[in-house]
Amino acid sequence: MKLILTTPTDQEIVITRVFHAPRELVFECYTKPELLRRWLFGPNGWAFEVCEIDLRVGGKYRYVWTGPENASLGIGGVFKTIMSPEKIVNTQLFDDDWTGGEATVTLSLSEQHGQTTVVTSILHSGKEARDLALQSGMEHGMEMGFERLETLLNTL
Amino acid sequence: MQLNSYQPNRLDITFAALADPTRRAILERLMTGEATVTELVKPFSLSQPAISKHLRVLEQAGLVSRGRDAQKRPVRLEAQPLAEATVWLEHYRQIWEANYQRLDTLLEELKTRSETPTPKGAKQ
Repeated sequence: MKLILTTPTDQEIVITRVFHAPRELVFECYTKPELLRRWLFGPNGWAFEVCEIDLRVGGKYRYVWTGPENASLGIGGVFKTIMSPEKIVNTQLFDDDWTGGEATVTLSLSEQHGQTTVVTSILHSGKEARDLALQSGMEHGMEMGFERLETLLNTL
Repeated sequence: MQLNSYQPNRLDITFAALADPTRRAILERLMTGEATVTELVKPFSLSQPAISKHLRVLEQAGLVSRGRDAQKRPVRLEAQPLAEATVWLEHYRQIWEANYQRLDTLLEELKTRSETPTPKGAKQ
């Protein structure tokens, strides 16, 4: 059940996690904006301003979080492969391109006994890009904490 | 957002040094206490020059240091860079885990909804 994070190559981050739900449902949570915006959060205190998903090969997606003092964090890309409900491949690029290039994200969902294993592979354009992405975890992680998560869990 | 304020060089070096099974094994051995190069060579099927080469990489990464004793120069573990690398990965992991825990909650809600089709807004 615990999240497993590995860095199998210089350019890659792989995150594995099991969910107690059929994969059709998990797939929906990743692809329907009204569901995605309920769990995919940016930095603490930031609002999920734009969440657009054109779920077809060649279609684009775009997420923008806005924060204090008109700051914004935008990310977008193009869908390369869509195999509902088992696989999505898309490109990923931050607006200010702070990781130095586009990454390729592969989401794989496999179901066994009503549980879905989600494997997210983020292939960066280089080692430096990957390390910068990992490094952001340090800064965001501090900001986010678990405080807001607790709040949300109590209201649901 | 200040995402580039941090210098990744040190962590680059740490992770590069850790990306080798022999070097990780050396670090594991040093966790039990300092050792001389001769002592470190013993458990491995490698030559002393090969072990010394690995030690130089670890030393450059600040993961180990060598004692001043001119003859023995014992190798000891320097915990700080290792701790930094661990903290770094842990925070990245926590962001994902926080998101995934929200997804857990959402999935539970959706499952309940599909099992008991109650009209929206209805109260019992």
